[in-house]
Amino acid sequence: MNSEAPDRSLKTAPVQRGEGWQGLRLDLWQSRASILILLGLLVFNALFTPHFLSVQTLNVNLTQVATIIIVAMGMTLVIATGGVDLSVGSLMAISGVLAPLIFLNTAFGKAPALGVALALVVPVLVAAAFGCLNGLFVTRLRLQPIVATLVLYIAGRGIAQVITNGQLVSFTRPDFAYIGLGRPFGVPFQVLIMLVVVAVTYWTVKRTVFGRYVLAVGGNETAARLSGVPVARVKLLVYSVSGLLAGLAGLIVIAINSSSDANQVGQGMELDAIAAVAVGGTLLSGGRAQVLGTLFGALIIQLIRFTLLAKGVPDAAALVVKAAIIVAAVALQQRRRRE
Amino acid sequence: MLTSKARSPSRPNSSRLLRSVGRFGVLAALILLIVFGAFRYTGFLSEYNFSTFLRYNSMFGLISLGMCFVIITGGIDLSVGSVVALASVVAALLSPYGALVALLGAVAAGAGIGAINGLIITRLNIQPFITTLATLLGARGLALLLARNQGGVGIDPNNAVFVWLGQGDLLRLPVPGVMMLLAFIIGGVALSHSTFGRHALAIGGGEDASKLMGLNVNRVKLGVYVLSGALAGLAGLILAAQLGAGQPTEGLGWELSAIASVVVGGTLLTGGTGSVWSSLVGAMLLGLIFNILNFENGKGVISLSPYWQSVIRGGFLLLVVVLQSRLARQSSE
Repeated sequence: MNSEAPDRSLKTAPVQRGEGWQGLRLDLWQSRASILILLGLLVFNALFTPHFLSVQTLNVNLTQVATIIIVAMGMTLVIATGGVDLSVGSLMAISGVLAPLIFLNTAFGKAPALGVALALVVPVLVAAAFGCLNGLFVTRLRLQPIVATLVLYIAGRGIAQVITNGQLVSFTRPDFAYIGLGRPFGVPFQVLIMLVVVAVTYWTVKRTVFGRYVLAVGGNETAARLSGVPVARVKLLVYSVSGLLAGLAGLIVIAINSSSDANQVGQGMELDAIAAVAVGGTLLSGGRAQVLGTLFGALIIQLIRFTLLAKGVPDAAALVVKAAIIVAAVALQQRRRRE
Repeated sequence: MLTSKARSPSRPNSSRLLRSVGRFGVLAALILLIVFGAFRYTGFLSEYNFSTFLRYNSMFGLISLGMCFVIITGGIDLSVGSVVALASVVAALLSPYGALVALLGAVAAGAGIGAINGLIITRLNIQPFITTLATLLGARGLALLLARNQGGVGIDPNNAVFVWLGQGDLLRLPVPGVMMLLAFIIGGVALSHSTFGRHALAIGGGEDASKLMGLNVNRVKLGVYVLSGALAGLAGLILAAQLGAGQPTEGLGWELSAIASVVVGGTLLTGGTGSVWSSLVGAMLLGLIFNILNFENGKGVISLSPYWQSVIRGGFLLLVVVLQSRLARQSSE
């Protein structure tokens, strides 16, 4: 049934170099199940949901899913090394409370532009530093990734809450809020950020040495170490990237809300991101990174939620359906792989 | 690889000693904290504090017990927090029909979700992490649906027995605490003296080997997830009885507290080893940190916002797991 090419690419995935458009075509072919589901959902909605085919609906869906996709890109890399990052939601909260602290600071009263610029950079770097800390827990202290990132999952939100004393901080700063509310050429700005993040992640996995290392570490850590892959440095880097992207997503969330709530920002994000990765066909045992699969996985979950809401199904029931979809998608992919 | 070495049958006696030191260390930390609290705070050893502490933390003890069994088989159960919420709503809805019906209903709801977990994991071969992540979402959705998106479902105020299950005393001990202790005694005996417990340990030690030995791996796995769900169901009943209402939005992140308790208790997430009692000690230790923080605030010397508790808990978790991995490494060398 399959043509020969994708089969070969499956077997030799860790070493095969994706050659430009051909590599992209192969990746799309591998995600064909996700794409078909996605197309099916689109057709269904186009036929049965009024006003579905409008720019506004598209924008609503994409703005809702953009932060999940951004975080899920980092998660894809972490999971590809055989790890997992439970701390992303808490890191989003930390970055989310730091930004207003910076641009609302009276020290930048005379240079608001500088304040906003710093507010866009510093929280992201702080989140990346916390991600790096996760990496150190995993590599230096040799903790299991679940336990290592559980530490910051618990402590990270606490740190964010301590910073603001659990208070909601609201603000009106159109210049900062641009990353969440801006619409260059009618496209939501965070969707552009998301596309850039996806493209860079895809390119990294396909075309860089680091990307090869990530897959090698996840495929067989001992073999990777013996063949000279700097395993510890690779792991350190993927957790840092995951933290960095979580920080970025945190900024977008508070920009959309024009307020920062340490209790709410990023709540449950780790689960959404992991679900997107799993539905996208990346094995949790590592060694593979389906970047485009993760993108489609997140879009499928989002579109199902939207479809159910549009059909008047309550959000609670949508959760149950989401659960069933995750199980069904992962089961399908595993069956296909075994064949 | 480290862990497989630590688990090898030809383990020298010294490593066993080190391990028991590690296990005893958690207990020693608990005792030290209690002694510290007893000297520092008036009312720390009061019956009131003891009873409130046990009443609240019994729920965490119960889900940690189930989690301990799941982790011993090498799995994980992320759904327990949502199951607690679901069972509390079920219990509240059934409370007009009598306490026994509510109790059975809550436990059955939890066991049902656990059975779904177990069946998906064993029949569809999906990793426990993903499976229970999905049921985490699903059970929360069910809880909200049953509660019709209300913040809470009031229990029948005429059902005195039901209220007693959460707020009452038995022989001057809080009823939830008694239930938890009973569960742990049964769990402890089951782990070390029943075939179910021995098989669970064997499966965690090496699933393929257990299969070759002729163990019914799937049935044992199904069993541990049903057990974990049922215990979370019991915790949900206690929650509803204590707060006087089913709580569809409670239990967020409880699964991670339970995992932390088990890990603090010295059980490796790779499975094959584990102790029910150290998980209890781990759960109580994490709860006690919060309790001591409250007392410290009451003294007025320092004033820490309640938000510090998660920072301190996270730091504490790190400290304990680092110490334990050191011990494990030493004992394997």
